[in-house]
Amino acid sequence: MMSERPAKILAVASGGGHWVQLQRLRPAFVGHQVTYVTVGPCDVSAVAPAPVKLIADANARTPIRMMWLLVRMAWIVFRIRPDVVITTGAAPGYWAVRFGRWFGAKTAFIDSIANAEKLSLSGRLSLGRADVTLTQWSDLATEHGPNYWGSVV
Amino acid sequence: MIFVAVGTQLPFDRLIRTMDQWAGEAPGRKVLAQIANGTYVPQHLEWERSIPPEEFQAHLQRCELLVAHAGIGSILSALELGKPVIVLPRQAALGEHRNDHQLATSKRFGARGLVRVAADETELCQLLNQFETPVSETRITNEASPEFIHNLRQFISQATSSKRGVL
Repeated sequence: MMSERPAKILAVASGGGHWVQLQRLRPAFVGHQVTYVTVGPCDVSAVAPAPVKLIADANARTPIRMMWLLVRMAWIVFRIRPDVVITTGAAPGYWAVRFGRWFGAKTAFIDSIANAEKLSLSGRLSLGRADVTLTQWSDLATEHGPNYWGSVV
Repeated sequence: MIFVAVGTQLPFDRLIRTMDQWAGEAPGRKVLAQIANGTYVPQHLEWERSIPPEEFQAHLQRCELLVAHAGIGSILSALELGKPVIVLPRQAALGEHRNDHQLATSKRFGARGLVRVAADETELCQLLNQFETPVSETRITNEASPEFIHNLRQFISQATSSKRGVL
């Protein structure tokens, strides 16, 4: 038998739909030690008693906030040293994946179910950088990634 | 109560204006709209620019119908509570979003019978006029598909068993 110890999971999502999708993955985290990272304001009680770290939202058009997000995310990953990083996007998830890899975490980038015809920018950037990049639409999967493992609905 | 939501990020005046005009012609109906930083100010319905998450959830809980942009957060939150959803997708050509992914989202969710899709304002009014609280709800669970959960669990347990220097 494989001896299983609980994994330290960093579960990351920006706000709105990304956060709703991340919450739907909670059964996958049962028995492990999860820290959530998301953008405020959000309903932190939804994942209680798991700890939640709030970050600034940023995207390609807000470079200053992106810098701040980068620093904060690096700090969070450094402090938590997760075994696994799982994210439903977008920019915060991409950075969590990058920093997670530096610290030896296994990383999964799950592209939003909203991207039914084309992978998002952060999804495309995660290809080859995350251990696995997942699309939630089977017809978008290709041999070299993204992969399809199922969807949040 | 009909709850209208445009998400937190962008205004969606086309939806709010249509809902406001419809509410003006359907005086018996209570309509509450979250309008973000839209410039159109509604005359016939109750509105707020932003609604804190807990309160948003409470409105969803109380409403008989959600009318929203085709944002995943709004759609999934309503479906988890078994509320019927009508979406009007944002269009990039009208400056309502950066791209047309909401058209794709609504097409896919519509094809699975999870939401009703209004292609434009006229269709939205038609759907609203036809709407009656459905007998059977389209409730979804609050979890991802079992297949997806299983695959992710495997991924997580591989991480701990393969990590060097453990034990």
